[in-house]
Amino acid sequence: MADGSMVMQGAPAPMAGSSLRRFARRRSTVAFLMTLPLILVIGGLVAWPAGYAIYLSMLNRRMTQFIGLTNFEILLESDSFRMVIFQSVFFAVTAVILKALIGFWLAHMLHHIPTQGQRKWRGMLLVPWVIPPALSTLGWWWMFDPSYSSINWLLNVFAVPSVPWLGEPWWARISVIIVNVWYGAPFFMIMYLAALKSVPEALYEAAAIDGATSWQRLRYITLPMMRNIISITVLFSLIVTFANYDIVRVLTNGGPRDLTHVFASYAFQVGILAGNIPRGAAVSLFMFPILGVIAFFVLRGINKRNREEA
Amino acid sequence: MAQVSLRKVVKAYEGGVQAVKGIDLEIADHEFVVLVGPSGCGKSTTLRMIAGLEEITGGDIAIGGTVVNDIPPRDRDIAMVFQNYALYPHMSVYDNMAFGLTLRKFPKAEIDKRVKEAARILDITPLLERKPKALSGGQRQRVAMGRAIVRDPKVFLFDEPLSNLDAKLRVQMRTEIKKVHQTVKTTTIYVTHDQVEAMTLADRVVVMNHGVIEQVGPPQVLYHTPATRFVAGFIGSPAMNFIPARLEEASGALRLHLPGGMSVDIPEARTARYRSYAGKDVVFGIRPEHLTDDKPTDKTNPAPMILTPEVIEPMGMETLAHFKLEGAELTARLDPATPAEVGQPLRLIAHMDQMHLIDPTTDKVI
Repeated sequence: MADGSMVMQGAPAPMAGSSLRRFARRRSTVAFLMTLPLILVIGGLVAWPAGYAIYLSMLNRRMTQFIGLTNFEILLESDSFRMVIFQSVFFAVTAVILKALIGFWLAHMLHHIPTQGQRKWRGMLLVPWVIPPALSTLGWWWMFDPSYSSINWLLNVFAVPSVPWLGEPWWARISVIIVNVWYGAPFFMIMYLAALKSVPEALYEAAAIDGATSWQRLRYITLPMMRNIISITVLFSLIVTFANYDIVRVLTNGGPRDLTHVFASYAFQVGILAGNIPRGAAVSLFMFPILGVIAFFVLRGINKRNREEA
Repeated sequence: MAQVSLRKVVKAYEGGVQAVKGIDLEIADHEFVVLVGPSGCGKSTTLRMIAGLEEITGGDIAIGGTVVNDIPPRDRDIAMVFQNYALYPHMSVYDNMAFGLTLRKFPKAEIDKRVKEAARILDITPLLERKPKALSGGQRQRVAMGRAIVRDPKVFLFDEPLSNLDAKLRVQMRTEIKKVHQTVKTTTIYVTHDQVEAMTLADRVVVMNHGVIEQVGPPQVLYHTPATRFVAGFIGSPAMNFIPARLEEASGALRLHLPGGMSVDIPEARTARYRSYAGKDVVFGIRPEHLTDDKPTDKTNPAPMILTPEVIEPMGMETLAHFKLEGAELTARLDPATPAEVGQPLRLIAHMDQMHLIDPTTDKVI
């Protein structure tokens, strides 16, 4: 009590202005003010739509009544949505694994090219990643087209029969994965290349003297040293691939018979094309818990290793 | 354990730059040899060629009698300690030390025995479960040495292992390395740019400069009878004083004429050696410890010199005084009790028994 009254007495009117100035000059205040634009953008374009989507997903089709989790229940009971879950997981996991493997292989190849030639190859190999995917997918669509598929023409040259790329469900799934891998592998390549370059040469030399073959150096030095980059890249790519929309939309539009839909394209189909916005919102929200769990474990692993090693 | 032979070893890089220009060196079994020289002298390149981390452009390297030119590092049976330790950051101290043995498929019990024994020698037993990040510089250095010891290789290679440590720890680890060598007695090749490390550790010191060997010998021999001006200047701290001079003969005795009108007598024992240089320009070399204050001395042939100090550096056990003599920078080691003052002429004596004369045309010590 005595303390309180002392403070009250010790803060006369002229002091108020200077303490406000001190508050404005504090580092945390300045930091907050400088990040405010970003906070507003994230709040307006991410947080608010996400919150609004959660609200929407709990309304009825005409958006007149609150119906709780009914939309989610209906979705889980529908065969076509279960197919979407399977297809999304299959698509994302297969594509990310292939992208990671091919990206790793490309990064290794590039890493062993002398610096001068490396830049040229690096630039060329990044091309798929910088072309807008909607455009490049159109190119692939043309190459897969049943009437004038250039890939089929090539196969025919080697006496292999034509493949119904987009006409048969499994081939269509594979086509979507091929295009996504083609588009996304360069991202893995560039991340892994940076990680490879950051492994100190002395570690490889020490391992060579310790008796490691080149395979053992990869297994015991390169991979453990790249673990953080590998997991963060896989996590990032998993999120982007799960949410992929443009490739499926342009290449198959979910067909044949809605068998190649992923969450995003199905949400669009249900919410916008079929006009059931609350259920579309519910579809898109299904990704969130899956990615949330994966992100939690990946980031926890990275944090743990950072504390121990870096 | 084995002897190491270098025969006419050359290392040339693309563009024709020669880092090592045909060196010959025989290192005996159990010997501790230190390669020392300024940066860029080719000492590290030589070590890396022995390790197999650099290809050899010409000549032969043999370890234990086998030419290893085309044998990869892992089959040379060597162990190396790197300047930055090169510990595997994702492995515990134990795994770092065990790695080489695991790759060579040693039985688990044998690995465990060797790692624990090395940890005991190096006093790092309590650290075995830690990751390198949780260790201090000195502890990392010990682990790097432990990794080499457990392998029980034919040869230890050390590449400037103490450069990243602070001065106090460096002295401590230096002693530690010497102790380890006295215990395990493996042939050791050690690279450093620090002549004190070279002198204190080596059975024999190899002084390198510009890709060639200037001189090979035990530390005391290099100190007392350097072969070239480079070795004379490189070994010893503070470095030897070099004074341009002229050697003159007068009635059978030799006299050195120094800048500033000073002159000193050459001891009789040296006259025969230097006579052919009478009437020629030479360089007079004298170490700071042989240029001292004028006190009664049991050393023979003291020659007086009067110089005016520019800087006085009290070091506690001694005082260093710096002088300038017509462009030549000189240093003298004084008794701390000597009342030396900047700007006040000081009477010094040069102990001429310890002098050196250098031929300025060849830079060889006469």
